Order: sequence, then structure tokens, then C-alpha cells
Amino acid sequence: MKKRKVVSILLVAAMTVGMLAGCGSSSSSDGGSEEKEASGKVYYLNFKPEADEQWQALAEAYTDETGVPVTVLTAASGEYEKTLKSEMAKTDAPTLFQVNGPVGLASWKDYCYDLSGSDIAGELTDDSFALKDGDQTLGIAYVIENYGIIYNKALLKEAGYTADDITDFESFKKVVEDITANKDELGFSAFTSAGMDGSSDWRFKTHLANLPIYYEYQADGIDNTDAIKGTYLDNYRAIWDLYINNATCDPKLLSTKTGDDAVAEFVTEEAVFYQNGTWAYNDVADIGDENLGILPIYIGVEGEENQGVCTGTENYWCVNNKASEEDIQATLDFINWCVTSETGVEAMCKDMGFVIPFKSNLESDNVLVNEANKYLEEGKTPVSWNFSTMPSEEWKNGVGSALTAYAAEQTDANWDAVVTAFVDGWATEAAAAE
Amino acid sequence: MVRPLLFTEKEGVFVEKAMKRYMPIFVLPTFCAFTLGFIAPFIMGIWLSFCKFTTVTDAKFVGFSNYIKAFQDTVFRHSFWYTALFAVVSLVVINVFAFALAMALTQKMRGTNIFRTIFFMPNLIGGIVLGYIWQLIFDGILSNYNTALKLNEWLGFWGLIILVSWQQIGYMMIIYIAGLQSIPGDVMEAAQIDGATSWQRLWKVTVPMMMPSITICVFLSITNGFKLFDQNLSLTAGEPAKMSEMMALNIYNTFYGRTGWEGVGQAKAVLFFLLVVMIGMLQLRATRSKEVQQ
Repeated sequence: MKKRKVVSILLVAAMTVGMLAGCGSSSSSDGGSEEKEASGKVYYLNFKPEADEQWQALAEAYTDETGVPVTVLTAASGEYEKTLKSEMAKTDAPTLFQVNGPVGLASWKDYCYDLSGSDIAGELTDDSFALKDGDQTLGIAYVIENYGIIYNKALLKEAGYTADDITDFESFKKVVEDITANKDELGFSAFTSAGMDGSSDWRFKTHLANLPIYYEYQADGIDNTDAIKGTYLDNYRAIWDLYINNATCDPKLLSTKTGDDAVAEFVTEEAVFYQNGTWAYNDVADIGDENLGILPIYIGVEGEENQGVCTGTENYWCVNNKASEEDIQATLDFINWCVTSETGVEAMCKDMGFVIPFKSNLESDNVLVNEANKYLEEGKTPVSWNFSTMPSEEWKNGVGSALTAYAAEQTDANWDAVVTAFVDGWATEAAAAE
Repeated sequence: MVRPLLFTEKEGVFVEKAMKRYMPIFVLPTFCAFTLGFIAPFIMGIWLSFCKFTTVTDAKFVGFSNYIKAFQDTVFRHSFWYTALFAVVSLVVINVFAFALAMALTQKMRGTNIFRTIFFMPNLIGGIVLGYIWQLIFDGILSNYNTALKLNEWLGFWGLIILVSWQQIGYMMIIYIAGLQSIPGDVMEAAQIDGATSWQRLWKVTVPMMMPSITICVFLSITNGFKLFDQNLSLTAGEPAKMSEMMALNIYNTFYGRTGWEGVGQAKAVLFFLLVVMIGMLQLRATRSKEVQQ
């Protein structure tokens, strides 16, 4: 009898705790907003998990300085759109969020505050870093990034080459195939695994796919299209073949390889080349600054000797126009402070390692950024980021699946499937997205 | 009408009245939670399936166009057949094995409790985690044959069957064990004395007496089969090219895959709901009719 009583008391206690917890959290958030109403507040939904800690610290510093509360929430990698969708439906929605470019803007246009004439818009070094819709400025780029083929200088030297030997696709191919031929003696492969797992496939279905798109846009003199022709898809195939057949793993196993696998292979010096961008610096810094370099991705297009690395952004800040007026003002003040004040600029350029497209930009400690900038100084033409014009996630996934299937069995029929996903998929997806 | 036996007529009426009077108070907390957590989102979901929206609080009515797009989607149709096949196969595999295990573990032998615990344990691990762990196991084995789970939809299919069986057999086993233990010993004894073989006893006595448990287990495994999401997402993610994408995952991908297609995903979700309810009802009616009175 006694036992039963104890059990029932415990059960009642468990239920009450649940109820209290429910009430507790709601009352605390009420208290919070009361306090914030005075001067407005900022709620930033951050896209970059790698910079989460730094944003939290910067938010705290801003609150200490001005008393304006800043909340930073970071979405998990690949979950930004999902998180944004659910957060935006809340009463306390993010006041500051980001879109990836024209396609992302299309879905969030109704939520973007017109930033024309704002302080931060005036800080931009170039007008092209503003994301426009008609004559409205709806997004402001806050970081410029580069990607290409990151390589290990020491290993390349061991193989008997330097970066100067690589000036176009042909010479690159020669180097790569030579490394593969001597793989056993050298003890390393040319490429890290081109993993097609969800954590890594964007490097190929999005970033690598940017090159054929870029050259097609260049040839046709356009910067967006509803119907891609696929003029340079043979080049895409050539570079993809090179990646998968000279890597650390059998191309059949690519679907199981993750982004972490590629990083690990690069850091443990199992491979010379690793396609990724300046944001990956912290992951690969272990092999030593003096050993890190970045190469342009050559795909065998005429005149590519003058091609630089891929430079651009898919990070545009947008201010939520559905937020209250004080909150909008507080947010505008916050982002302006981030790119003008000493603390803010220091945090963005040094702690986060960003190159920011604002007048206050500092020289970077990120070796990959400096290596990438060398191409600019040499007068090479950077490849712009056109993947923000890809019609939808569905399109990227379609191309990714086809690339995986092709890697497992490299037949013309399977490559045709890639072409179909690329060209026909683009048309259907562009039509579907309206 | 239930009449409490321990009370006199008058008192009984009093208790009933009191129950009626206080019922709203007792029901209220659960009802609030149910409304907030189920009814409200459900009604909102139906409304949203007729809308174009970016966030759920900001929707424009567009009529049936979402449903038309959902029906035109060939991948959705493929996912339906794939899911239906999966549900049927997993239903059979899970229930046959669970029943056999339950029979084995109700015999008089040592250590039955340990075995029951061990068989039940996989059920305590979340679907996503299971998916990733089994992916490592399968791909580890398949790499010997130079292939991988994501390269072939049927490898993915059987991978999912193995995973789900491993996860759910223990759970269904517990339900069957409870059913087996409630069969009165005298019925069995009578059958034995009448000369029924053990096979006859199984089919003519045990199974009919077990129909209530079978109803529950079949219902659970068939609806679980249709609703499967976590395991599908983490094990195959729909690869290759959406060929192993089941309905729930298809809905999820539709919702997030394209700008402006949130409503279509929602419409698919409503269709999916109707389908699962319909199948559940049919199945309940079919197995209920076979239940016998003890």
C-alpha cells in the first residue's frame, strides 16, 4: 500500500513538473520581451555554423556596449531554409536573416526591408554586392568567399611539381595522372574522395557545376536563364572523371564518403588536392600555413590560363520588414556597427576570417584568402558565383544523384542521365518554381 | 450505462451525476494539449493545403492547384507503390518473427526475461541513429562487393526492411507475449485431451484467441510502414535519384525542395493522411471480424 502511494506521488510530481516547465518557459520569454521593448532588439538567424561562437561573442559585446539585446541562433548545416521557415512564423521572428541570392530572394521577397539608402548600403565597396529587386536593395552581401582546389604544397613538391606547372586543364590533368601512376611510391593520391554523401555533395553538384554554368553565361552574355543549354557539360565530365578516378577511394564507394572523410584525408596527407573554399581554412590549418595553396578549377575552356578562383558570395543579409519599427532600427544599427566599429570589423575579419565587402575590411589571417587574392593581383579573372541562379534544391539533388550513379558506372548512358538532369531538369525546375 | 455495484441506487445516481459534473475539469488538461498539439495544426494543415505560402502564418488561397500538382508528380506515385510494397513486406516479416519469438519465449525455459529484454532493446534507439548505424554496417559489407546502399533502390529496400524488423520485432513480441499469457490454460488442456496436434492447437486455438493482439500488431506495423520517415531519411535519403524515397520523405522533400511548393507538400500530406486512415480502418475491420469471444 505504501509503495503504491509513493508511486502515485511520484507520478503526480512528474506531471506537475511538466506543467510547470511549460508555464515557466512562457513566462520567462514574456519577461524578456518587456525589457526589450524599450530600445528594440535584434534576433539574428545565422547561416554559418563554423562562425557560431564568434557571432555569439560579438552579440554579447554589442549588448555590453549599447544595452540592445542581440540573440543569435545558428541553423544546423543544410537546415537554414527549414529553420528560417519555422522561425519566421513565430511572433518573435528573426529581425536579421539571410538569403543565398536571386532564387532565395524570390521566396523571401515579401519579408525583406528595403535597404536602399541605409547606412550599411553606403559602406559597400561596390554596388554589385547589393542584392536588388527592381530598384529596391533587399540584401547586402556581408562576406566574400573564394573556392577552388586547395592543395598541399609540400606533397605537390614531393611529386615533383609546383603550382606553376598547372596553368590549364591539360597541364593539371598531366600532374594528376602522374601522381596516380606513382601513387604507390609516393604514398598519397591526387584527390581526396569526392564524397557524394549529403555533407559533401554540394561541393560537386553546386560548386563544381558552377563552372560550366559560368562559361555558358559568359559565352551567351547573360547572368541568369530559364533554360540552360549545357554547352560546357563535356568539360564538366572531364573534370569529374579526373576527380573520381584519381582519388583515395574507388568511385563506386563515393556515395558513402562524407565531407569529414575528405578533410581527414587531406589533413593526414593522403591526398594533394581538395576542392573547397576559404571557409574551410580552420579545418585544414593543421597541415601548416606554409603548405596551403589554392588553385583555380580548370575545366578545359579556351583562354582559361587567365581564369582565377571562384569568387563571390551566397550570403546576403536581409532585414525582416515585418518586425516592429524599433526592432528594424535596432537591427540596422547592429549590422552597421558590425561593419564599421573596431570591435565588429575585428570580429568579422579576424575571428571569423571573413573578407567583407565593406570599406573597413582588414587584411586577412586566412592563408587561403591571401592565396586566392594573389590571382586577383596577377590580373586573373575571378569566376563569379552563378549557383545562386540554380532553379531549386530539387535540381541540385537531381544532378547530385546522377553524378553518383555515373561515378559508380562510368558509361555514356549514365552521363546522359547527368546531362538530362542538368539541362531538362533546369527547364522543368525553372518552370515549376514559376 | 455502467452502474457501480457497491452503491445503493440513490448513491449510484449521485456518483454518476458527480462524474458528469466534474468530467469537463478532468478532461480539460488533456483536451487543451490535444487541441494545441493536434487539432489546431491539423485544421491549419488542411487549410494550408489549399494555399500558397512561405511561412504558415502568411498564406494565400489558391484552390485545388496544389492537389493537381501533387497528382501530376510521377515521383510521388512511385513513392506510393514503393511504400505500399514496403508496408506489406515489413508487416509480414515483423509479425511472423515477432509471433514466433513470443511463442518461443513463453515456453518454460531459463532466461526468458533476459531474452525478452534484449529483443525489446532496439526499440529504445531513435530512428535517425539507427539509420546511420545500419548504413555503416551495410555499406561496410557492400563495399566488399563494390557497391553501396545508395546505388540501388532494392538494396535500399531490403536494408530498410532489415532495419525496421530489427527495431520493431521486439516491440510486437511484447504485445504477443501478453496475448499468449492471457490464453486460459484449460482451453489448451481441453484441446490436448481431445487429441489436437500442436499444429492444430496453434491454428485452431492459439491464433483465434490471439486475434486482439494480432489486430493491434498488424495495425501498428502497417501504419508504421506507411509513416516511416527517420529511417528512410538517414539510411538512403531517397537515393538513387528518389527511387527509394518513401511517401513521408517525399512530402518533406516537396515542402523544402522548391520555392513556392510548400502548399503542394501540404496537399500531399493531406492525401497521405486520408490514405493511412483508410488503410488502417479497412485493416481494423478485417481483423476485428475474426476476433473470438473468450
